[in-house]
Amino acid sequence: MTTGETMTLHLKVWRQRGPDQPGALTPYTVTGVSPDMSFLEMLDLLNEQLIERNELPVEFDSDCREGICGTCGLVIDGIAHGPKRACTTCELRMRNYRDGDTITVEPFRARGFPVLKDLVVDRGAFDRIISKGGYISVNTGSAPEANTIPVPKYKTEAAMDAAICIGCGACVAACPNASAALFVGAKVSQFALLPQGHAERKVRVVRMVEQMDTEGFGACSNHGECEAVCPKKISITYIARMRREYFKAALAGV
Amino acid sequence: MSTFVAKAGSSLGKKFITGITGFGLFVFIVTHLGGNLLLLVGPDAFNAYAHYLHTAMHGWFLHMARAGLSAFFLFHVVSGLAVYRDKLRARPERYEKMADAGGTSRKTLSSRTMAFSGLVILVFLVLHVAHFRFGPGLEQGYVTEVNGVEMRDLYRLVVEEFNKPVVVYAYVFVMLLMGMHVRHGFWSMFQSLGLARPNTVPTLSGMGLVFGVVLAVGFMLVPLYILYFIPPPSEAALAPGVLP
Repeated sequence: MTTGETMTLHLKVWRQRGPDQPGALTPYTVTGVSPDMSFLEMLDLLNEQLIERNELPVEFDSDCREGICGTCGLVIDGIAHGPKRACTTCELRMRNYRDGDTITVEPFRARGFPVLKDLVVDRGAFDRIISKGGYISVNTGSAPEANTIPVPKYKTEAAMDAAICIGCGACVAACPNASAALFVGAKVSQFALLPQGHAERKVRVVRMVEQMDTEGFGACSNHGECEAVCPKKISITYIARMRREYFKAALAGV
Repeated sequence: MSTFVAKAGSSLGKKFITGITGFGLFVFIVTHLGGNLLLLVGPDAFNAYAHYLHTAMHGWFLHMARAGLSAFFLFHVVSGLAVYRDKLRARPERYEKMADAGGTSRKTLSSRTMAFSGLVILVFLVLHVAHFRFGPGLEQGYVTEVNGVEMRDLYRLVVEEFNKPVVVYAYVFVMLLMGMHVRHGFWSMFQSLGLARPNTVPTLSGMGLVFGVVLAVGFMLVPLYILYFIPPPSEAALAPGVLP
């Protein structure tokens, strides 16, 4: 499509007035969608058209709109963050759609992520899991000279590949079991792989897994859908690493 | 902090139990297939093998194997169903529209139907044990002699049962599901035990597919071969030494 042409799209959007209220997919038609728009800008356009008609706009989460904050997250046509790989909802461009397409938009669904309104879910469960050990509990001061603690390159790379998690929750949304194992696996691993995180590694994994279970997420049964939808392509082998950490801690009596 | 027992019941502990018992059951069915294939070698080879299992270590081998397998099955089923129950609870409101993400996903029809295939295998297991272990034996005249040793003629019972088309097709159907169960279960147990590494995941998943196919085909081979190529032994043919 050349610049200047616009599309008309048919949306089926989940509308829900508030927590614990019944919701339903509601059909909308949005006109004048530019292929250069992001998916969220398309929803902005829909909201402008709804407001002009004196209807309530669709609520959804967004913040940075450049794929680094983890705030946005929608299930688009049955796939968390939509059809493109390694891509957040805000990075998804409307050029992936054609004039006249019908798109179904739903919130992330899990007991641990209750819907607050429309497409907005409460991901406080992730914050509570982090609060149980997703940090170093001592004050490490300001950034030290780079080579004070030498760490092999492959370890730093592996730690970074886990630390890249933006906590968006797509892993939970895509998991057939609504498990948070990839998120917790990444958070446990990024510390377990580095010397600064070593001292607390056993206590950390036990506490974080306890909180994950308390929040009502399911058990991971290795479908691997999480890795496929993860905007940062975090590998499910970090789930295996979390399990190793957990079993070692259990054997150590932590 | 939780106790060791509580950790065994955590989401990770349940999958550890499912994985480790799954490994034991995998080793068992591979061995079982080896025994089954002796049916194609001949009556004496199969009967002698069955007799050996019953008499090894003065019968203690069988007692221990039975106790071990029962425990493995029990823990595997209970932990597996607990994972399934958690799954149902963890997403009370389902998606209106769901699609496969594709890409690096390991989600397959096999992985989505583990509880179903597992439960069918459980029902099959009960019938299977009732059929053969507690089926007609020495008292009912299923007796044979191999190298001068009198023993149960299990071969005759198997050949009679697998000459019933309904039994064979039901068996084949269950073996199809068993193959699917292994297809996901094999690689999944390594991941559940925390043993999968980035460079081994594709290999393990591929091995799951190979083992699933090999086991399903291997187990199907015997009843289908008997149904089409080995007629049921008649009373006359049962005299020692002239078995079909």
